[in-house]
Amino acid sequence: MKNNPDLSYQGVMARKNRIMMQAVGIDYDQFEQEGIAFDYEQMMNKAGYSLQEVRKIQEETNVGKTPLLELHNLTKLVRLHAEPGKGARIFIKDEACNPSGSFKARRASLSCYQAQKHGYKGVISATSGNYGAAVASQSAIRGLNCIVVQELFDSQDLSQPEIMEKGRACEAYGAEVVQLSVGPELFYKFLLLLEETGYFNASLYTPFGIAGIETLGYELAEQVRHTTGKDPAAVLITHAGGGNVTGTARGLQKAGCNDTEVVGISVDLSGLHMASDRDFNRKSFTTGHTGFGVPFATWPDRADVPRNAARPLRYLDQYYTVTQGEVFYVTELLAQLEGLERGPAGNTSLAGAFCVARAMDRDDVLVVQETEYTGAGKHPSPQLTFARNMGITVKRGHPEDNIPGQNIVIPEAPDQLSVKSVDLNNLRKSYLKRAALEKGKGALSSLELEYLAAELKTSHEWIEKNYKEAIK
Amino acid sequence: MSKAQKGDWVQVFKVVLNPEERAPGLPPETASVPLTMKVKGFLVDETAEIGQQVSIQTITGRDVQGELIGINPAYEIDYGRPQQELLKIGLEVRNLIREEADQQ
Repeated sequence: MKNNPDLSYQGVMARKNRIMMQAVGIDYDQFEQEGIAFDYEQMMNKAGYSLQEVRKIQEETNVGKTPLLELHNLTKLVRLHAEPGKGARIFIKDEACNPSGSFKARRASLSCYQAQKHGYKGVISATSGNYGAAVASQSAIRGLNCIVVQELFDSQDLSQPEIMEKGRACEAYGAEVVQLSVGPELFYKFLLLLEETGYFNASLYTPFGIAGIETLGYELAEQVRHTTGKDPAAVLITHAGGGNVTGTARGLQKAGCNDTEVVGISVDLSGLHMASDRDFNRKSFTTGHTGFGVPFATWPDRADVPRNAARPLRYLDQYYTVTQGEVFYVTELLAQLEGLERGPAGNTSLAGAFCVARAMDRDDVLVVQETEYTGAGKHPSPQLTFARNMGITVKRGHPEDNIPGQNIVIPEAPDQLSVKSVDLNNLRKSYLKRAALEKGKGALSSLELEYLAAELKTSHEWIEKNYKEAIK
Repeated sequence: MSKAQKGDWVQVFKVVLNPEERAPGLPPETASVPLTMKVKGFLVDETAEIGQQVSIQTITGRDVQGELIGINPAYEIDYGRPQQELLKIGLEVRNLIREEADQQ
């Protein structure tokens, strides 16, 4: 440590911008425009890579080109409960075939490429999810050191089996795993490690972290066209920090799928506090849930970089929630009807697919755009065993009786699977409230108005009307 | 194995932030406990027992000090117990599909 820097929480947080600048090598100031506005597309073009470059980089480390599988039996099951002429064909993109077992390999591939290209000795990532294993795997291929910082255990030293498995996977790929108790100061420790090692920040939210997913959307469009001769009518995407939605939707756009509905799905964890030492182990899903999905949609720039490249409200056409019990149920269906042991967390959008497909035309194609690997700890039985040990009631019943943190209700029949719609206009209004605070409730310039209309995928009139409400 | 030798793969524990040093605005159950950390690496000390303060070198070559809490610690994950609530789902949905096929 040079010059005895201040290692207190406040001291380290005060120099986060400088640490980040060195750790991602992007000067974000160049994209700032006026007030709250910045040039998002310029950031994606200038700091990121073109789709063709991304495909080439991903080929180097065996990422992508995963199979698209048609789920014939699940489609049959959907049609049992659909109106005549309804019940779309369901396809799934088997992203578990990526080197580290999830689509996150796509995100990690570019960060590790970038780190290697610019001479960083290693990469660091802060994640309790599949992304850690992805960064560990990609950095192993490129000969880089890797540190993964996980939020793992509560003050009683209890850990979710799913996160323990992800830690094991990181170690299997040769990474160092720094495991922390519950709390948002994980970011503080992350900054200290970046400062200590000089490694690259393999953030989920840089242009690299997002551009890497564009190939997923692009590939699936090509595969659906090849197999069915048409474009997907809807693509269902598990939504957490917004990267999966943003990258996939951008890939679909680049493939020319202009009429494809982009649908985000999260597990409903409403009522549970993400920074709570008590609530931490009373949920069975560590990502893909509303605890990330809502705050990251309503203010993306809460991420670990100055400007988040994941901006889901630019792309979402619909946003639905499902319950934990429904995801466990559909995980069982995938194994028992399609012979695919995947998930559970990665099956969040599959749970929503059941209900969404039921309302779509029989000729339509619905794509669930990911699967993830399954393993010890990361499987319905250990996760439900753990939930019971934490005092959660596990029972068969109607998903309507779901109370996050108190019970997990496994549906009694497939026709009980449903989705709850999240009103995107409410999310847009929350976004505007935050924007109003950032601006000290001042008036919007015409450039800011333009920016917000793109940012929230809505009209200038809507922004003007609702911004007035937001500053009241 | 309660004594570790130099070079053994071990796990250490340390307090990162005491309750009074933590971030503002935390829920009380989080604010009242320290932020703690566990890291694994190769033991640098000649010998050490559980509970002692030791130095380790992590797999990336970092030096970390902390309380020794594990010597070659196991991965404590498994497939848990089969869940009664899941066991019949496969049968139920296969029956639904079969019934439909029979009707046609």
